[in-house]
This record gives sequence, structure tokens and C-alpha cells, in this order.
Amino acid sequence: MKLTVYILVMASVTYLIRMVPFAFFRKKIKSGFFRSFLYYIPYAVLSAMTIPAIFYSTGSYITAIAGTAAAIVLAYFGLPLIAVALAAAAAAYIAGFFI
Amino acid sequence: MYDGIPIGLGYLSVSFGFGIKAVQSGISVLGAAVISATNLTSAGQAAGVDIIAAGGTLIEMILVQLVINLRYSLMALSLSQKLDTSFTPPHRFAASFGITDEIFAVCSAQKERLRPSYMYGMISIAFVGWVAGTALGAAAGQLLPADISSAMGIVLYGMFLAIIMPPARKQLSVLLVVLIAAASSVLFRYVLTAVSDGFAIIISAVAAAAVGALLFPIKDEEAETQ
Repeated sequence: MKLTVYILVMASVTYLIRMVPFAFFRKKIKSGFFRSFLYYIPYAVLSAMTIPAIFYSTGSYITAIAGTAAAIVLAYFGLPLIAVALAAAAAAYIAGFFI
Repeated sequence: MYDGIPIGLGYLSVSFGFGIKAVQSGISVLGAAVISATNLTSAGQAAGVDIIAAGGTLIEMILVQLVINLRYSLMALSLSQKLDTSFTPPHRFAASFGITDEIFAVCSAQKERLRPSYMYGMISIAFVGWVAGTALGAAAGQLLPADISSAMGIVLYGMFLAIIMPPARKQLSVLLVVLIAAASSVLFRYVLTAVSDGFAIIISAVAAAAVGALLFPIKDEEAETQ
């Protein structure tokens, strides 16, 4: 029962955060600064979420660095999301044999 | 809908890790699947499960979800600027549920204005992948050897790198924003440790995007389609 309340609260907050700006903001944003800001924000968020958290994601720096290196190389060459993501896991797994 | 397939497959593997984590935190397979079906977000769910496991208060849950998921408000605002006229309020209420990092990334890369059907197609594949992966991870995760499940922990971040790298390679401005955000995030992690992870991400991202917007204002055609 308690779990249901937690989930309800969690889901409501998450939905409202997405819905309110999407549904109720209908005007065009005129400000050049703000539009540039909105263009850059997703890259900034993802970068801040990834670094340095990625180095802690596998429980070992060495395997995480191997996975990160594989992801950076493949992402640099523009491979699809799923290929980069799974190659990172594969590299981390393989590196695990050497430690 | 085709654009949603890599996202759905990616989510299948990422949410597998979430399923493992949820069960380890004492949540049932059904509970884990319901959390994924109602939230559709990686970082927020992971933090939410930590709070549930620790028996945290509902206020704490609300604050943590607000901070971690605040980026969706910025993404929703950004997407609201490129919606087709067929995007009526009911469609906006429905489609906003599915604004995730990856769906946002793919939608903002579109040259045309966004139609409801385009977003629904992508969201439904992502949703199925996310919920199915969670259920599978929760049900089978404990059967996997520990070295495989810990290697899976990097999947989500690998996907983030795959989103960031190509534009950072093409545009100096994006590269600069990405580097500032990363440097700031590292600073919070090792020096300004009093700031919680959620706030650290928000402050780093807002500062980096603001610097980018000041130094490299984008031209109209880069920002959206007219």
C-alpha cells in the first residue's frame, strides 16, 4: 500500500513537469538568448549526468574506463545509439577479465 | 515509428538494469514494472527506488523528482516551439508523458515540425521496451552473473555519449557547452560536495547552456524549423 502512494507521487510529479510546459506554452519564444539556451540545454544536461558518473557505473574504474573509451570512439564515428551503448557494456565486461 | 526502434532497444537493455536494482531494493517484479510504466525516466526512477528502499518521506520524493526531472521542463519547452498545428491540447497532454532524454534528442533533430502521430509512434516503442526490460531485469536479473549485470550499468551512459558526440564533433559551440557542463559536474562531485547530485546537474547544465547561448547565439534555422 505504501508503495502505491510512493509510485503515485513519483509519477504525478514527473508527469506534471513534462506536461505543463508542453501543453500550456503556445507562444513563440522571441528571445534569441533563450532560444539558444534551449538549443544547448539537452547536451549540457546529458554531459553533466554522464561525467563523472559513468566512471562509477560498473563498480570498477578500470572496466568503466574501458567502456567509456569504447563508447567515445564509436560515438565519434556516429554509430547508432544502441550499438554504442551495448559496445560500452561489452568492453567493460571484457576488461573485467583482466583485473 | 522507425526512429523509435533504436530507442526501444536501448531502453530494453537500460531498464533491465533498473529492474535488477528495483528487486535488490525489495520491490516486487510487478511494482518495478508499474514504476517504469508510470514514470518512463531512468535517473528519476533510480533515485525514487532509493527513497522507497530507505523509507524516505513523500516530501523528499517530490523534491528529488522535481530536481532530477526538471530538465524535462526545459526539453518540453524547447519541443513546444516546433509543434505542428495539428498538435491540439489533448495531444499535448498525452504526448508530454513520453518526453524522455532520447525522445527529445530524436525529436529536436527532426527537420520538420512535429506531428502527434510521429511522437506517439516513437513513444509507444520506447514505452514497450522500457517496461518489458524492467520486468525482464526484475524477474531474471538475479540469475545473471554479477560481472554481466555490473557491466550493464554503463549502458545508459554509453547511450548519452552517443547522443552528445556527433553534434559536439560538428559544432564547436556544442563541444564547448558539453565540456563546461562536464567540468562543472566534476567540480561538484569532488570539491563542492555539499550540493546534491540532482542540483549539481541542474546548475552545471544551466551554466554551460547559458555560456553557450551568450558566446554562440544560434541562427534561426539551427534552432527550429520555420
